[in-house]
Amino acid sequence: MTAGQALIALTQAVLAIAVAPLLVGWVDQCRAWLQNRRGAGVLQPYRTLRKLFHKDAVVADGASWLFRASPYVQLGAMALAAAIIPIFGSQPLLATSADTIALVGLFAVARVFVALAGMDIGTAFGSMGARREMLIGFLSEPALLMVFFTASLLAQSTMLPTIVDTLAHQELAIHPSLAFAAVAFAMVLLAENARIPIDNPSTHLELTMIHEAMVLEYSARHLALIEWSSALKLLNFAAIGLAIFVPWGLPSPSEGLLAVLGGVALSALKLGVVGAVLAVFETLSAKLRIFRAPEFLATAFLLAVLGLLVHQLLGG
Amino acid sequence: MPTLPWASQLIHLAAAVLLLTSFAMLSQRRIESLVNLYAWQGAVLSLATAAVAYTSGQHHLYISAALSLVLKVIVLPWILHQLIRRLDVRWDTEPLLNIPTTMLAGIMLVVFAFALSQPIAALSTSIARSTLGIAMAVVMLSFLMMITRRKAVSQVIGFLAMENGLFFAAASATHGMPMIVELGVALDVLVGTLILGVFFFQIREQFDSLDLQHLEKLKED
Repeated sequence: MTAGQALIALTQAVLAIAVAPLLVGWVDQCRAWLQNRRGAGVLQPYRTLRKLFHKDAVVADGASWLFRASPYVQLGAMALAAAIIPIFGSQPLLATSADTIALVGLFAVARVFVALAGMDIGTAFGSMGARREMLIGFLSEPALLMVFFTASLLAQSTMLPTIVDTLAHQELAIHPSLAFAAVAFAMVLLAENARIPIDNPSTHLELTMIHEAMVLEYSARHLALIEWSSALKLLNFAAIGLAIFVPWGLPSPSEGLLAVLGGVALSALKLGVVGAVLAVFETLSAKLRIFRAPEFLATAFLLAVLGLLVHQLLGG
Repeated sequence: MPTLPWASQLIHLAAAVLLLTSFAMLSQRRIESLVNLYAWQGAVLSLATAAVAYTSGQHHLYISAALSLVLKVIVLPWILHQLIRRLDVRWDTEPLLNIPTTMLAGIMLVVFAFALSQPIAALSTSIARSTLGIAMAVVMLSFLMMITRRKAVSQVIGFLAMENGLFFAAASATHGMPMIVELGVALDVLVGTLILGVFFFQIREQFDSLDLQHLEKLKED
């Protein structure tokens, strides 16, 4: 990778971090429209972030360094992931240094830290949220790995850029295994990003919240970082899904500046469509009881494994 | 990887969807949705049979495809819906195992079926031979459904789904059974469902419930 290409890749990663709140704002705006509300506009997450960054942080008594460090670790992990996933171009900055399995590990690091921070301050809500988060996490992680393995079997590689390259440039064919993996991945995306039907991102209802319960004690800049990293996590997952299942139109930096800009525009469009579909799905479905969540994720795991098995049997 | 002609791709896709509907039936709690899933499975089966008929040039398979479309998508689900409404058992299915466990057992069965079918499929020359494993898996999953359900209606649907799997196995491995056998099987399934419908009423009259555990006792107490 030449210096110019590296610069393009770096710009793309920074762009991903910068537009992540926009995606959340867009999803919220779509939901508002679907519910016959005017909504707060797509820029609302940025306003929230600015407000939070200007406040003074209040930290609970007895909070250890873990509580303070956790937001930075989360945003760091998600920013690193944004540099590994082909979001706007086919050659991300750290493409050669980490594969899909490392990516799953990176998400796990962020999850462990947010759960530990939730337990660190010793409130009942924090511990409850942390336990629920780990329950969801340990069920969704194998499903996510299986989805990656299905794509890896097709592309003969676990590196995301190679997968994108292989899938985008082969002859057009129906892959039943990829269809199964796509449905499984959509379910994992919902669970991992605390969306309906597993968790409701916009509620503080005591008994049902998972992600919000863990971060109740956070305020000001810590909370801003956490919100930002959740937004980035949603963008990362949407980009992974697009890279594997709709891999067309991701240019490599060697194709010239115009192609790169076109790729950015096309990816933005695709992300917008994903956001709108997510909003429609969230509006149409109701939240599941927490004890039904294992069933939901077991189904995702099952679909992913079926994808693998069908690939083995039918060879495609 | 060489790309297959679109008709075989269609068969593969249909096979995968058949497997998916089997799992959906296994995880379904409501009897009405179970019947709808059975109708969907029949539709996919009919599509797959038509695709096999197109690729192999065996014209009698078109008749089987039409037969399964009429019988398994329209007539049998209609009869089952009528039965369910008249028995008023729309809501209750009680799986003996919880659903994630059943799913995991299902995955093991699929692996077993795939391993079992590999040497058999190697002998076959049919275009759709690789789907034999899926057909076996559908049969076994329907078996599992019959084992893990307690209520009579869901057991009958399991039985019907098993017939779907057998039909698909015949179509994919040997381009279908002789016409007369297929007609016979179709008639058997239809008559079987009607007779089982009568049985449901008898069972309910005797025990005030469709729970088949009552049938395990030999003596009245």
